[in-house]
Amino acid sequence: MDGMHVNKTRLIFIGMVVLAALLLPFVVGSYRVFQFNLVLVYAIVLLGLNMLTGYNGQISLGHGAFYAIGAYVAAILMDKLGVPYWATVPAAGAVCFVAGFLFGFPALRLHGHYLALATFALGISMPQILKYKGLEQWTGGVQGIVILKPQAPFGLNISQDHWLYLFTLFIALLMFWLAWNILRGRVGRAMVAIRDHPIAAEAMGINVGAVKTLTFGISALYAGVGGALGAIVVQFVAPDSFVALVSISLLIGIVIGGLASISGVIYGAIFIQFVPNIADEISKAAPWAVYGLFLLAFVFLAPKGVAGLVQLLWGKAEASWKRVRAQKATLQS
Amino acid sequence: MTAAEPATDSAATAMPLSDSVLLRVSGITVRFGGIVALDSVSFDVRRGEIAGLIGPNGAGKTTLFNCLSRLYQWQQGSIEFDGSDLASAQRHRIAELGIGRTFQNLALFRTMSVRDNIMVGAHCRSRGGFLANSLRLPIVRREEPRVARHAAELIELLELESVAGLPAGELPFGTQKRVELGRALAATPSLLLLDEPAAGLNHGEVETFIRLIQHIHQELSLTILLVEHHMNLVMRVSDRVVVLDFGRKIADGTPDEVRQNSDVISAYLGKAD
Repeated sequence: MDGMHVNKTRLIFIGMVVLAALLLPFVVGSYRVFQFNLVLVYAIVLLGLNMLTGYNGQISLGHGAFYAIGAYVAAILMDKLGVPYWATVPAAGAVCFVAGFLFGFPALRLHGHYLALATFALGISMPQILKYKGLEQWTGGVQGIVILKPQAPFGLNISQDHWLYLFTLFIALLMFWLAWNILRGRVGRAMVAIRDHPIAAEAMGINVGAVKTLTFGISALYAGVGGALGAIVVQFVAPDSFVALVSISLLIGIVIGGLASISGVIYGAIFIQFVPNIADEISKAAPWAVYGLFLLAFVFLAPKGVAGLVQLLWGKAEASWKRVRAQKATLQS
Repeated sequence: MTAAEPATDSAATAMPLSDSVLLRVSGITVRFGGIVALDSVSFDVRRGEIAGLIGPNGAGKTTLFNCLSRLYQWQQGSIEFDGSDLASAQRHRIAELGIGRTFQNLALFRTMSVRDNIMVGAHCRSRGGFLANSLRLPIVRREEPRVARHAAELIELLELESVAGLPAGELPFGTQKRVELGRALAATPSLLLLDEPAAGLNHGEVETFIRLIQHIHQELSLTILLVEHHMNLVMRVSDRVVVLDFGRKIADGTPDEVRQNSDVISAYLGKAD
């Protein structure tokens, strides 16, 4: 799709960002490594949500539920069944894909606000489902499950935090590559076409129901992969980590970062990881009020998300650079 | 078919579908609640012809189009297209069968670029689902450039080069109409349905549009069925004209025959009681 095209400058830029992300853990303290690790986790979840809401136009106020399912699948597999941590990530993704795909069917009948409410029902009920007595032997009830931090493999001489960060980064890059491939091709066009005009999309031969349910599944898969990685990074899952606010934060993340933007999810992930902390540092008494001010500031200053703002500034910079070059050329001649 | 045959004549429906008939509408009746939108309408569209479908407002023209797209369900009658029964086709299979269409009030993908709009049109003529796309399998790497090349050809044909990268929703009305045409053509239809293609166009644009329709009709060996209010356009481009009034067919023949038909004159100008 247009805007998905990667030219040379953009490729160099992406390469530099990846390099910076690779080197980051070696220049900051271990708590920051942990925080940036969570940024990567949120970026994966937001990417999935943005495919669903930003590109396909299906709003979800319940993605925290899929995030929770992914986290619990990883924790249960590691703690109860002794599955290695890395193998829990695809397992969590697969479980969430099925869950999301199935949820996608009733979602076909709901639009706009009604879909928002239906997904919110999922998000708000998840903590109590996880506390349910009948599941306690698996989920650990209110106590949750504590899991062990994995060691770096192959005798690599780096700390556990560093290894986990690099592992998450690798998965994140893979998930971004897959998403970019989906979005820039035939399926991505179909997703956006359905968002823009479902009747015309169907008349163009797009199987609207199939694309929407599969998008729901893929989106939940991303949330599940993120949830599994999040559980491993935090080394702990408990029902109260997955309250409805998580789902709302995720939606905030994609809007602040930029709807229907791949790079936007990185800005969104940074926002949902760091802004609550910053708000807390500014005012211990009313951190959410400060958070609210941040939200308002972003909404007004970057109405198309941070990605939209960056694109605008980038375009201006490019234009003025071209002007300077043209002026130089005329001066020389 | 003879000129201005009565709408109730159902002799045509009994005949087998010959090779020369691409679309056969037989006794289609559509009711919305108590209102009869189409009342046993029958007509054929032959391969390679341009057929015009006209009638006063509320005559049932768009209703008929929406039946051909399977957007509406009809209560009686049948529609045969290229030898297959349309009633058994799912809505998203219509394009694949070879029926392409444009919409009366524009139905573009507004945020998508002109190029992407036209590439979506090729959806039914290309392959590759979620898995193949996510892994960028060889089939996707073959299909994408092919679809892009076809889109580029259509962009050139419709003179949309200068706006190809712009969001379709930001373009002037007349340009958007051309984009919709390009999107429909991308599916390489055998039958093209045009729903009021000239509505909202100024005089100059209508002239350009007439030439464009004639050009693509020849170039792409299409069969075209068009609904239109613009009488001049219909009479000039159509080989045959079907006239609807209050859901019934009142005339069917060459433009000249239809022009002289007394039922048509009274439907358009009112009866001199």
